[in-house]
Amino acid sequence: MTKVPYEVQTEPVTPLSILSPEGEIINPDLMPELSDDQLKEIMYRMVFTRTWDERAVNLGRQGRLGFYAPVSGQEASMVGSEYALKKEDFVCPGYRDMPQLVWHGLPLYQAFLYSRGHQHGGQIPEDVNVLMPQIIIGAQILHATGLGMAFKKRGEKRVAITYTGDGGSSEGDFYEGLNFAGVFKLPVIYAVQNNGYAITTPFAKQTAAPSIAHKAIAAGIKGVQVDGMDVLAVYKAVADAAERGRNGEGATLIEILTYRFRPHSMADDTTKYRTKDEEAEWALKDPLVRFGKFLEAKGLWSEEDSARVKEEAKATVNEHIKKAEATEKMTVVGLIDSMFETTPQHLEEQKADFE
Amino acid sequence: MAQMNMKEAIRDAMRVELKKDPNVLVFGEDVGKVGGVFRATEGLQGEFGEDRVFDTPLAESAIAGLAVGMGIQGFRPVAEIQFVGFIYEALDQMFVQAARMRYRSGGRYNSPIVFRTPFGGGVKAAELHTDSLEGLAIQTPGIKVIVPSNPYDAKGLLISAIRDNDPVFFMEHLNLYHAFRADVPEEDYTVPIGKANIVREGSDVTIIAYGMMVHSAVKAADELEKTKGIKAEVIDLRTLLPLDIDTIVASIQKTNRAIVVQEAQKTSGAAAEIIAQINEKAILHLEAPVLRVAGPDTVYPFAQIEDAWLPSPARIITAVNKVLEF
Repeated sequence: MTKVPYEVQTEPVTPLSILSPEGEIINPDLMPELSDDQLKEIMYRMVFTRTWDERAVNLGRQGRLGFYAPVSGQEASMVGSEYALKKEDFVCPGYRDMPQLVWHGLPLYQAFLYSRGHQHGGQIPEDVNVLMPQIIIGAQILHATGLGMAFKKRGEKRVAITYTGDGGSSEGDFYEGLNFAGVFKLPVIYAVQNNGYAITTPFAKQTAAPSIAHKAIAAGIKGVQVDGMDVLAVYKAVADAAERGRNGEGATLIEILTYRFRPHSMADDTTKYRTKDEEAEWALKDPLVRFGKFLEAKGLWSEEDSARVKEEAKATVNEHIKKAEATEKMTVVGLIDSMFETTPQHLEEQKADFE
Repeated sequence: MAQMNMKEAIRDAMRVELKKDPNVLVFGEDVGKVGGVFRATEGLQGEFGEDRVFDTPLAESAIAGLAVGMGIQGFRPVAEIQFVGFIYEALDQMFVQAARMRYRSGGRYNSPIVFRTPFGGGVKAAELHTDSLEGLAIQTPGIKVIVPSNPYDAKGLLISAIRDNDPVFFMEHLNLYHAFRADVPEEDYTVPIGKANIVREGSDVTIIAYGMMVHSAVKAADELEKTKGIKAEVIDLRTLLPLDIDTIVASIQKTNRAIVVQEAQKTSGAAAEIIAQINEKAILHLEAPVLRVAGPDTVYPFAQIEDAWLPSPARIITAVNKVLEF
């Protein structure tokens, strides 16, 4: 008997994977074209980001940084996705996505100033195509959609990429953004970093959908799932999506399966909702270890290289935190004058209380 | 000069700016092919093409968020929210994202966006089509708020709003779209944002109003002069933020008495802010407290009882008598 197809069928999806946990190429056909220098640069950035994250947590404890969302474990997702972009592509980050901003050109001391709550942290240099980290989960998804619309209207071969987490995929703005991109066929990459938890809420409590990648179906755009502990797979998925965007083939939703080794934020306690077994299992998938093994087998990386990068990262972090601390203090008058292009009379008058 | 109603004047402002600046874009629900549910964008897609004037899916947050993203790249979006009650869907993008963009980025980015929306009672519309939500907007740092009351101002203010490099919430009263025609220059001109207009001169009392209430205030003033010889000065604020407090204070220095008329419910909103500023700047010129004429603090009324709920010329006259007899 033939089945009448009035019920939507959704096939399970298998994550795109290129490197095995032992660092061997398991999908040679999918291997992206990257030179030895590029492969080393990716590793450099991942090790640097891990050290920066460790230092940032300590600086937070010392009161030298403010709001900070840890990133350890997500280096393949963050570094790999950004590395697949061109400088003219535009990054619309969530609040955890500081590494992508810095690797896209935001000076590290400005990232620290953002964390400390200083306006100069948001004064993105003219030649750096990023927005400030977005606190309202989902809002950045619509900004990337608008940027994609702008690039399309101007005929520019650029893409916008935006990041959110698994929890963010439950927001209305998430769906609205994907849907607009589908209708207008926009060059946008929607990267969902699914680390299994939104603060304490596990992924299973966000959605009954088989995956976040499946949500692309609702918007009529391409959806893919990728092993987020495999930097080559993340790079490949984003590079492909960027190419599709530049070629006028529309938007892509990429679900990146990853894990944060640290708490959600400095105020979070993971022992209340995660098990030691689960953490140990994910630790075996550490993206630095896996990619490190791959590079070591090719003779491109060694333990000494990692040690050298760590020292370099520590020195750079020290230099930039000092620069952040030495940045001129803000004034209320300065804030008032940054509200509008021309400060209106009522705000001019309010300055008198602070001069 | 041409004779235009307010809807035609608003359309003409968009036409002038679409023609002048290739970065101006007009979009929203049904604004393209059909020209909007009130035809305020009628003919614009035909003249400027689908690339400049286009329909969007039905999602207010995405309409406003699209504008924010395009604004970062130098486009000047004129985004329409079909009815005022639907701005709640878009509040984050309008009043958080657009309004804070310049500040959050220390001037690196801005939001040169106009959010147009019809509002205002007296037309027996369905629920959530007519609420006066300007109070939400005026307490939002970073956005300007404009409420025109006539065709000339509507065109000049909308052109100013489109050219402004900061976000503007542009509220168009439903009852004024087709109410009357007036002389409107066909060429390009501007009415400055933040400047009130004295629409009727007087020396006994100042009536401060905006939107539809300007017309109710003028009716009340005419009646007061005819029946009692009372000369009321009527100020049309035109812009609620930034507020033209200087024009208000100058008028009160002359009349020593004032009332504020708003169509919105009484608590908070524009009138409370105006009275607070009068207190700060003109209290020694006052012979009586400044009273408010406003809707009661209920949800916007069912269509059947709208006329009784909305502030009327009779209620304005009562308030004027109170401040004169204080």
